[in-house]
Amino acid sequence: MSISEKDVEHVARLARLEVTADEKKKFTKQLSNILEYAAQLNELDTSKTQPTAHAVPMSNVFREDIVNAWPDKEGLLKQAPDRNGDFFVVPKILE
Amino acid sequence: MTLTSLTIQELRKKLDTKEVSATEVTKAFLERIKKLDPTIRSYVTIIEVEALVQAKKAEESIVKGTATSVLAGIPWAVKDNLCTQGVRTTCSSKILENYTATYNATVVEKLAQAGAIPLGKANLDEFAMGSSTENSALMTTRNPWDTTRVPGGSSGGSAAAVAADMCAFALGSDTGGSIRQPASFCGIVGLKPTYGRVSRYGLVAFASSLDQVGPLTKTVYDAALVLNHISGHDKRDSTSVDKPVPDYTKALNKNVKGLRIAVPRELMGEGIDPEIKKIVLEALKVYEKEGATFKEVDMPSFKYALSAYYLIAPAEASANLGRYDGVRYGHRTKNPADLISMFSKTRSEGFGDEVKRRIMIGTYALSAGYYDAYYLKAQKVRTLIKEDFDRVFKDHDVVITPTSPTVAFKVGEKTDDPLSMYLSDIATIPINLAALPGISIPCGFSKGLPVGLQIIARHFDEEKLLQTAYAYEQVTEWHKKRPAL
Repeated sequence: MSISEKDVEHVARLARLEVTADEKKKFTKQLSNILEYAAQLNELDTSKTQPTAHAVPMSNVFREDIVNAWPDKEGLLKQAPDRNGDFFVVPKILE
Repeated sequence: MTLTSLTIQELRKKLDTKEVSATEVTKAFLERIKKLDPTIRSYVTIIEVEALVQAKKAEESIVKGTATSVLAGIPWAVKDNLCTQGVRTTCSSKILENYTATYNATVVEKLAQAGAIPLGKANLDEFAMGSSTENSALMTTRNPWDTTRVPGGSSGGSAAAVAADMCAFALGSDTGGSIRQPASFCGIVGLKPTYGRVSRYGLVAFASSLDQVGPLTKTVYDAALVLNHISGHDKRDSTSVDKPVPDYTKALNKNVKGLRIAVPRELMGEGIDPEIKKIVLEALKVYEKEGATFKEVDMPSFKYALSAYYLIAPAEASANLGRYDGVRYGHRTKNPADLISMFSKTRSEGFGDEVKRRIMIGTYALSAGYYDAYYLKAQKVRTLIKEDFDRVFKDHDVVITPTSPTVAFKVGEKTDDPLSMYLSDIATIPINLAALPGISIPCGFSKGLPVGLQIIARHFDEEKLLQTAYAYEQVTEWHKKRPAL
């Protein structure tokens, strides 16, 4: 199952990645190799097999819906590349 | 014997008898780091000032007699994908190059409470994606046994630091072999616990159903000691399991009479270096001499483990790495034209090639029209791998394999072909997919480079795992060897 340059473009857009023309060529070839190798999974008949998301049995873990204040809100906000008070500043979202 | 070449056990004795102080020990390691790290390049950040402050605190508690932990005053290295409050945490990526963690990972907190002393943050493959530490965006770590070669990955900085005596122990993380394989390349002990044994809170997520934190040490006893301290249920990690933590050091003894060892045919065939096969066979004969038996078994699903992993792990990574968008922390591109290009440019500037590749494979495998063929299929193969192990564990106690198909390769040897790099993990990956505990211990040398033996046990049977490893270690001398530096 080979991947085309168009596929790489599409996937890059979904993943919010920009690729140059050279990178697109290189990644298309590399991703194709990897996906072709992975295609050997089709040798297996898994029609009667259940998928495993966690090999160790797990069930939903819940807790009471009680708010716990983060001890250092300022420390978090300080990290922002662009900040205004309690807000993170980003380029305009809606025109 | 120099202080820095001592094990945790040996250091503990010297500290408790007041033969040395925690400050002397810490200074000795800091000196050695100054001397060797310009060549080895294990450390992304060295926390010298804070280490000496912590050393003084540990010293006071040892003198007063209030130090309760065997790790009090013991210096260690922190893989740089573990959050350390107030200290730069980079994941060896440009996107977090100047990010300072705002909280401590649970394992970091636990070791701090025990009085252990973090010396610095250890280099890794960017976001733990790699098998040689060459994918670090910051620097290339060298193998202390041969500095033209890689230390393995992704916990290469941690492994090299332990092997070069630049710390008494280190923590790494393992998603597809990232503790065990570098341990094997560097001739030390590396343990990946059962999934859920150790909290992942504060471990920067790569693949959430596979990641685990574990120790890299000079001996099996030391690994058991560290495991004691980092294990346990954590409310902040809902995948951590609420099972009691035994004293793993109590399980260590040399008795392997009647131990039934399974050896997967698939990992002793082509694809494994013949000299490594020979060395592993010799190790199995050592077990036989001590009263164990070994038998070849079939694990047909192993052939497909690599493919399944390279769909599942990237899929999970593509979700986990979505948070790096330049909004709240880390790198943000300069003068973005609009929001979407802010995301795209930030991520493209901040991520290295391997990270981009895996995000794209993962996105593709999860995308509409492909989810069933790729991700779902891979999760079904995961079931087959688990079933193979279940079957073998019905009448065997442990599984033994070589840790890696080769010894440490040269820097640059596999960087042109991602797939050839992925093949380094064929022996370690099935263990992560099945969530089992695995350990690598030194078992010989090939062309002067360390060879690792991998032992695998049932879920939450770290006691059997460590005991099996200990028994071999105690009748051999490999763990006493150090690289000439």
